Amino acid sequence: MNEDIKASSCAIEVRGLNKSFGERLALRSIDLRVSRGEHVVIFGPNGAGKTTLVKILATLVKPSSGSVQLDDIDIYDKPAQIRRRISLVSHQTFLYDDLTVYENLKFYGKMYDVPDLEQRIHEVIAWVQLESRLHSRVDTLSHGLQRRVSIARSVLHNPPILLLDEPEAGLDPHADAVIKDVLASINSGSRTIVMTTHNLERGLELGERVIILDRGKVVYQAAKHDISVKDFRQIFDQHTRISK
Amino acid sequence: MNEIFTRIFAIFWKDMLIEIRSKEFVFSVLVFAILELVIFSFAFSIRANMADMAASGILWVALTFGGVIGFNRIFAVEKENARLEGLMLCPVDRSIIYWGKLAGSFIFMLAVAVVVTPIFLILFNLPLLLPRLALIIVLAIIGFAAVGTLFSAVAINTRARDIMLPILFLPIIVPVIVAAVKATAPVLAGKAWGDILTWLQIIIAFDIIYLVVATLVFEFVIEE
Repeated sequence: MNEDIKASSCAIEVRGLNKSFGERLALRSIDLRVSRGEHVVIFGPNGAGKTTLVKILATLVKPSSGSVQLDDIDIYDKPAQIRRRISLVSHQTFLYDDLTVYENLKFYGKMYDVPDLEQRIHEVIAWVQLESRLHSRVDTLSHGLQRRVSIARSVLHNPPILLLDEPEAGLDPHADAVIKDVLASINSGSRTIVMTTHNLERGLELGERVIILDRGKVVYQAAKHDISVKDFRQIFDQHTRISK
Repeated sequence: MNEIFTRIFAIFWKDMLIEIRSKEFVFSVLVFAILELVIFSFAFSIRANMADMAASGILWVALTFGGVIGFNRIFAVEKENARLEGLMLCPVDRSIIYWGKLAGSFIFMLAVAVVVTPIFLILFNLPLLLPRLALIIVLAIIGFAAVGTLFSAVAINTRARDIMLPILFLPIIVPVIVAAVKATAPVLAGKAWGDILTWLQIIIAFDIIYLVVATLVFEFVIEE
């Protein structure tokens, strides 16, 4: 994608990351390495610092100290170059209600300078199975459909790194099942994915490595292997209880 | 360079489409500005003699306070649904976001002025064709939009954003308002170019200062 991007096996490298909001420490001494194509899932109770960590990786929030590199580039040295390589899906869709699905995708496509934009819009909208709603205004879509459009928006520029911040939050079971399928198909590609979630089952399905964050610290980190949901729930309870 | 203009235009056009459908900026400003003019026209009974500083002041009070209401909307639309984060994630310099928003603010304010000014001229019994007044309005609105767009971004991250914008905007824009009032009065009185030239130069100078400073500081305003 860019000549400056070195061929490295490490997609994301976080070293000694701290973030405080006033006197409150949101993240404490976070070290994290994510290999290219790896799928990492971050679990944690509310207020653990998951969203703050993802927002720092997305260049939306500046860390108080420590370094964050994506593809060996410090995220604040060349932020525009980094932003081209990442995308963020959160429970907020970033969509404009007064615009149609097509107009939203076209707007973001132009902002990312996506080549062959018309064709790409039709590709991503077909992928989330919303061709019939392409010219519907976003405010006429259900919450679940809007979330699907949001996922289509996130992959419009084909980012190699995808950040998912509780993408299933606030959805009904049906919409959640559809989003699950869409996320599974993202997973089948070669993208590097960092996802935060409260949903242990979903996280274990999608992740290759699991991390538990509690009160801004990494308290557990392991390759998923064949860990069962039941066992992981115990691990989760144990680690989040110990740190209290 | 072409890429920069494409993105500025993308932001501008997106805001235009939203405004065409929601009519939140132009409609609210227009109603407010016209109401002000009507109230002033009743308050000041002298009509034939109004082509002086008082009439000039009335026009600019209507446009200024109307603008304050409208500028609140410029970034408010990005606050809902975390759209500002979506914009901030785009691989563009922050100044591109500013210029895209600025273009929208300018056109919206200009649309308001295009409707309000003829109403003002009719209410105060003034000639309708005043090209020099149009020039003053265009130049002053550039300054309004430059400052209004910047402070709209400042206000959006504060709790009392409806109050914050006028507090920030009005003191900074005073030089342009004063110069616009002073330039408009001789135009309404049918005086020569020489009487307005100095004031036009002042407006242009402040426009340039506002545009340069706002472009430079916008990144710090919009970041976390």
